[in-house]
Amino acid sequence: MNLPPFQALLDEHRVAVFRFCVASAGPDEADDCFQETWIAALRAYPKLRRTDNLRAWLLRIAQNKAIDLHRARSRRPVAVQGLPERVSAPDEPWSNGEPELWAEVRKLPAKQRTAVFCRSVLGMPYAELAQLLESSEDAARRNVFEGLKKLKEEWNP
Amino acid sequence: MTSKIESALREAADRLPDPPGAADALAERASAEGLLDVAYATVDSPLGPLMVASTPRGLVRLSYSEFRDDEAVLSDLARRVSPRVLEAPARVDRARRELDEYFEGRRTKFELPIDWTLTRGFTTEVLRATAAVGFGDTTTYSEVARVAGSPRAVRAAGNSLGSNPMPIVVPCHRVLRTGGGLGGYTGGLERKEFLLRLEGAII
Repeated sequence: MNLPPFQALLDEHRVAVFRFCVASAGPDEADDCFQETWIAALRAYPKLRRTDNLRAWLLRIAQNKAIDLHRARSRRPVAVQGLPERVSAPDEPWSNGEPELWAEVRKLPAKQRTAVFCRSVLGMPYAELAQLLESSEDAARRNVFEGLKKLKEEWNP
Repeated sequence: MTSKIESALREAADRLPDPPGAADALAERASAEGLLDVAYATVDSPLGPLMVASTPRGLVRLSYSEFRDDEAVLSDLARRVSPRVLEAPARVDRARRELDEYFEGRRTKFELPIDWTLTRGFTTEVLRATAAVGFGDTTTYSEVARVAGSPRAVRAAGNSLGSNPMPIVVPCHRVLRTGGGLGGYTGGLERKEFLLRLEGAII
């Protein structure tokens, strides 16, 4: 198997992976999600058998890392319980990234969240999305549809 | 058909900040976890940019970026050493420092460890014989063939030198034709001349 140098993947996909981490893990955990994703990818990389869909492979790792981080966070109840909703300071970098919209995206179930992000933000083809979700193309379509429907209901700018 | 919510998502994504610029942080973490097999960086030199690559064992590759495409060199490293290749300037600091000192005339001997992974058999013997030739000295193709144990394999010795994965540090520029002709050089003869002049081996 002739794998490209790992740095080439990093150069090509780092922006997409980071955005995905913001959307699914949240601004506070995005850096961790980003680094954990790349370390896990680097660990698994030499044994990878296919290189025709590296983006889907990376984003599936990112999705799992976001879920792990979310679980770890919910196991730390003291840190969040009883605190008011987090309010972005005006000079925070996230304030110009429409944090409310991402917050709504984060409330979606994992597969819908991934599907909505990959489809709307990356314009990912359904075949690739199906690989990422390890589902059929029909199921991928349904996840996009259901996710967007919920967002339309919840999000009022 | 794009819905309003999809446009909003796309616009929101475009305004997100870029990922943390600290590529070195990732490389350092990878290194600490034993996942950084090949670290590389570009080093400036009077002979143009040099692509320098190291493994945890030592310098494994050095190439003239203007002469050989970095991308091709990195693909070759991914194939022959490990695909875990990351840009990590901090990991080639020692090579950078020794090269800087050499080009400034403050170093006559490279001391950094070398990883011979990319060479095999006779080539390794030829390059080791070459590595023993000191600063300011020169030798000949037939002499390195003899030291490498095959006095008649002069042409093969030339080929081995031509495939030197670590020019400058393994000083193949110090090997000349019997009778004084410069011979050849990966990187072009003008670079060989420059190095020999820097070392005072030719005027």
